[in-house]
Amino acid sequence: MYPDEFDYYNADGVDDALDLLDEHSEAGTTELLAGGHSLLPAMKTGLSSPDVLIDISDIETMQGISADGDGLSIGAMTRYSDLVDSEEVAEHAPALAAAAGQVGDVQVRNRGTIGGNLAHADPAADLPGAALASDATLVVHGPDGEREIPADEFFFGMYTTDVGPDELLTRIEIPSADGAHGAYAKKPSPSSGYAMVGVAALLDTDDDGITAARIGANGVMDHGVRLSPVEDALTDGSLDGDTIEAAANRAGDDLDVDMMMSDLQASNEFRAQLLEVYTERALTAAIEDGSSSVAAD
Amino acid sequence: MTEHDIELSVNGTTHELTVESRTLLVHALRDELGYTGTNVGCESSTCGACTVHLDGDAVKSCTLLAVQADGAEIGTVEGLAEDGSYAPIQEGFQKEHGLQCGYCTPGMMLAADDLLERNPDPDEDEIREAIEGNLCRCTGYQNIVNAVEFAANEMGETASPEMTAADGGGDD
Amino acid sequence: MGIETIEADDLDVESVLGSAVERREDPSLITGEAEYTDDIQRPNMAHMSVLRSQYGHATINGVDTSDAEAMDGVIGVYTADDLDVPGEVPTGWLLDSLKTPAHPLLAGETARYQGDGIAVAVAEERYIASDAVDAIDVDYDRRDAVTDPKEAVNEGAPVVHDDLDDNTAFDWEIGDADETDAAFDEAAHTAEIDLTNQRLIPNAMEPRATVAEYKPGTEELEVHMTSQNPHLHRQLMSGVLDVPEHKLHIVAPNVGGGFGNKIGHYPDEALASWCAKETERPVKWTATRSESYLTGTHGRDHVTHGELAMDEKGVITGMRVKTYAGMGAYLSTFAPAVPTYLYGTLLSGQYDIPAIHCNVVGAFTNSAPVDAYRGAGRPEALYAVERMITLGAREMGMDPAEFRRQNFVPSDDFPHQTPVAVEYDSGDYEPALDKALEAVGYDDLRERQEELREEGRYLGIGFSSYIEACGLAPSELAGQLGAQAGLWESGLVRVHPTGKVTAFCGTSGHGQGHETTYAQIVSDELGIPYDDIEIVEGDTDEIPQGMGTYGSRSAAVGGSALATSSQKVVEKAKKIAAHQLEASEEDIEFENGEFAVAGAPERSMHIQDVAAQSYLAHDMPDGIEPGLEETSFYDPDNFVFPFGTHIAVVEVDPDTGEIEFENYVAVDDVGPQINPKIVEGQVHGGVAQGIGQALYEGAEYDDNAQLVTGSMQDYTVPKAEHIPTMETDSTVTPSPHNPLGVKGVGEAGTIAAPQAVVNAVTDALQPFDVDHIDMPLTGEAVWRAVNDAPDAGAEGGDEAIADGSGIDEDGGEN
Repeated sequence: MYPDEFDYYNADGVDDALDLLDEHSEAGTTELLAGGHSLLPAMKTGLSSPDVLIDISDIETMQGISADGDGLSIGAMTRYSDLVDSEEVAEHAPALAAAAGQVGDVQVRNRGTIGGNLAHADPAADLPGAALASDATLVVHGPDGEREIPADEFFFGMYTTDVGPDELLTRIEIPSADGAHGAYAKKPSPSSGYAMVGVAALLDTDDDGITAARIGANGVMDHGVRLSPVEDALTDGSLDGDTIEAAANRAGDDLDVDMMMSDLQASNEFRAQLLEVYTERALTAAIEDGSSSVAAD
Repeated sequence: MTEHDIELSVNGTTHELTVESRTLLVHALRDELGYTGTNVGCESSTCGACTVHLDGDAVKSCTLLAVQADGAEIGTVEGLAEDGSYAPIQEGFQKEHGLQCGYCTPGMMLAADDLLERNPDPDEDEIREAIEGNLCRCTGYQNIVNAVEFAANEMGETASPEMTAADGGGDD
Repeated sequence: MGIETIEADDLDVESVLGSAVERREDPSLITGEAEYTDDIQRPNMAHMSVLRSQYGHATINGVDTSDAEAMDGVIGVYTADDLDVPGEVPTGWLLDSLKTPAHPLLAGETARYQGDGIAVAVAEERYIASDAVDAIDVDYDRRDAVTDPKEAVNEGAPVVHDDLDDNTAFDWEIGDADETDAAFDEAAHTAEIDLTNQRLIPNAMEPRATVAEYKPGTEELEVHMTSQNPHLHRQLMSGVLDVPEHKLHIVAPNVGGGFGNKIGHYPDEALASWCAKETERPVKWTATRSESYLTGTHGRDHVTHGELAMDEKGVITGMRVKTYAGMGAYLSTFAPAVPTYLYGTLLSGQYDIPAIHCNVVGAFTNSAPVDAYRGAGRPEALYAVERMITLGAREMGMDPAEFRRQNFVPSDDFPHQTPVAVEYDSGDYEPALDKALEAVGYDDLRERQEELREEGRYLGIGFSSYIEACGLAPSELAGQLGAQAGLWESGLVRVHPTGKVTAFCGTSGHGQGHETTYAQIVSDELGIPYDDIEIVEGDTDEIPQGMGTYGSRSAAVGGSALATSSQKVVEKAKKIAAHQLEASEEDIEFENGEFAVAGAPERSMHIQDVAAQSYLAHDMPDGIEPGLEETSFYDPDNFVFPFGTHIAVVEVDPDTGEIEFENYVAVDDVGPQINPKIVEGQVHGGVAQGIGQALYEGAEYDDNAQLVTGSMQDYTVPKAEHIPTMETDSTVTPSPHNPLGVKGVGEAGTIAAPQAVVNAVTDALQPFDVDHIDMPLTGEAVWRAVNDAPDAGAEGGDEAIADGSGIDEDGGEN
């Protein structure tokens, strides 16, 4: 309930945050504070005890959503609730919009941020799958300036990403879905609300059927993954239940069940089962409703 | 350990106080400022008993450092009633027996108010979804849902036609 | 929208009893004005934090507190060696075979469960007290641990208490073993089940808390605490801390839910009180949620084998039950009663069963102590009964409703003596069943179930015809059964000179709305307006004595105590009125507060005016003392036995194990209802907790006795989305025992719901031959049951399991 003592700094810009990171790199553990909804609970129960907290949530240049013809640029400190409310996100990144609406609860969505979610890389978080499905590029600032990381290369494993200790995820760029159908289907843990399995789907369609598909899943492996066999099975397929079902049945084809997450909430075998069902639900939702999210109680 | 001089506006009253870095907003409100209507029910950001409004949005005050709220407008249960009359949400909880032990109630009402702000005419599923971050162990939620519907109706009756026409739903 | 409430202004004394008046508790609760224990501030107050064993079972070689003591802001750090008081937490219920190992306030040489207190730190602030506890260094030797009650009593299991030979806390039985065995020997049909009634964490939203203050001048110790029974806590703590009972003042302020978890005497409240005395500072202790999970008493934890014997027509002839009940590491206050007299005595359910035998073995385990949790023993009993009854119907090939009906105790057989000691006071079981059947549209449902099965959809209908026993009584019987306390209740009704009333009751509400319902009772009895009556509970200095609120006893026992006191007030007032009206007492009629001379209604006096006269005392009848207040200690003749039928209707998705409620109907008979809205709320909340047990909740320890469901992130407290909208209805069968005829409703829903849900899910899964799944029925548990079922892959099964391919054959339904 009571965090251990630490020093708190409120960074007023990206450079300031990087300087603070550098300055305290010797001081012990330093953590960046975004929405705080993973970090503060961990600190309150003693699982995390940083010496220094650098609050980046107020950094002006890391806020907000901007859209141009090619896509979206989303500041890393943009809150989930802003993603949910944004017409631009709904239009250009429908899978992300759907997934953001499924994160935690209202209070969490009012504080938690897209950047915090992705950089923390909790395997059961809701946004990694959507970032993968949306073909997001994650922009990172470090001492040597800016670099861009495709979502496909961003997640390394449980709580580990390509962001270095002296770096900062500052924004997320997403190419416009351009009329594609997006959805996110999630089986939440009844206690924590985190995804036992979450599947984000983005489908390009024309009159003949599906022209391209990007499917990302979280909660299944130790980091967000693309479901390539499903994508392959869908591409150039027709928009009917049989195609979807056949594709969904391939959701686990590239994944080793033994390596799937297995915990108190769900065993790896059950996750493998849920993955197929929720892939089908995500695909069905994407096609039937254009853009939506599905969650079971 | 660093300390910070911060300013919190609580229900319209400005308070200046000094807090440690680690002081959680809920403890600043309860222990430093005496707003004990906001309760603490867990430390995992699950139960929502500590829900307050931060610049108008429902947040869990146990998952926010007091220093992070520096300069913010905080709304608590103590500020719901105005000029001695209950807010519609309070009236709803009383009329519909939306509370028993009352411990979750302040947070529940503030979460519900956040919903009604966004969606003045929620259906049952939307209400249940909106309070998923608030646990109640007494009521089984049914009369809480009724309380929120009561408040929505009450607010609908007093609101202007433009406001009631706005539909905050649409995402399913 | 359920029952509509009315405002207090619209009440009149003629109809106050039975009115759904708004609760008078609410204004302070919805404005933040209400004071819970942690809200209390005292000048110069210090804070206590408890160092808890990180291991489930360990020898403590040493505790180094020096770093903690040296911290700024730390006032004192104390271990078992520092405690100079008797300091052993007592057991409030004894059984013949019960072993009662010592339960010290702080563990000295051995920690017996994760969370066992080892040291306390007192500091200027909460955060510092927590830091200080973190700075204490304990030298542990870890030991093997056991948490499963059945394994715990096996030979070779790690022994929780070194001074005992094994972990058997007691070996108890009820009923006639020989007769029961004979019934099974002669049975034409039998049904049997192995089940667990999983360990639950009560989860009152307010964690336990204490503010203790010692006043050296008066030598008084004042303790505000989260208590369901302050007088009981006073009596017990007086012994634990060696503080004379009259110098101990305990107050339960607003209490944020209890569910049984705030009945027992724990070490922590006594430690905070000891620290207050030791430091001569007010001391506050508030449990964190993690601490609540580790150390607050848990509920249930049974492993049971049950058997039902039937004749060739499906008439039940016998029942045999063997249960292993986890006690946890120590015996909590009423723990021994819960799996014995509150469990075995209910095994007859609503049924006329000639022979029952039940054997319960209580086991010490390396886990949090188990005590009453909403229902306490009765949910465990009715879950076993109603699961067996459902399997019995299945064995007979009978409709589960008709099987129940056939075996109900007939309505003309009350009072009904069961073979497990208790005598049911009153009952009429068929109308409740019929109402529930009608509410769900039973006949149509069965047809629809068939149709849906053709489509590969699985609808299930689950019954729970339950019985409940509340207001354990009388005290003499409780004493014979082992209670170390009487189970009466006190009520004091004081009519003030202005005619206003303060009524005091020894129960101690914590969300039940007693201030409202008790005022309705007193208003009805005295004929004094509801708004003129104040109810006081939860303060040992104000209330004569009390036993507290648990076991759904408050209305039946506390309410009856207030009714009895009110009647005594009326009796006395009648004498005064007769005297002043110059009539004989026999000629005075009393109605709605008015004493009138029979046949001369103009010669009358209102009871509130009589009150004024009683204090003026200028003109009193001979031998009558001034004043108008009466006290009673009401000791009921028997338990009361509410009952009802709940029906759950669910659809199960065999691919995911997801369960969706189509309907939940609760028909309860709790006797006459004092306030139907409050009754409805109690049913809703109780059912929600029952559904929580059925589908979501369960405390889990690992092999090292570490609690793995240690937070709300891991232990599911149901959310709004998890609980269906319920339809509630009632029948009314008064109890003949008490002046109000009331029964009790606090636990009914929790007792009824789990088996309604489990019976519904297994009914849905009959095509897969799934007869039982242990709670909680998580998605994975259901999915596994379907896949592991004997018929998985066979007819009816293969189209829906495996990969979900069956579903879309019928046109893409999902």
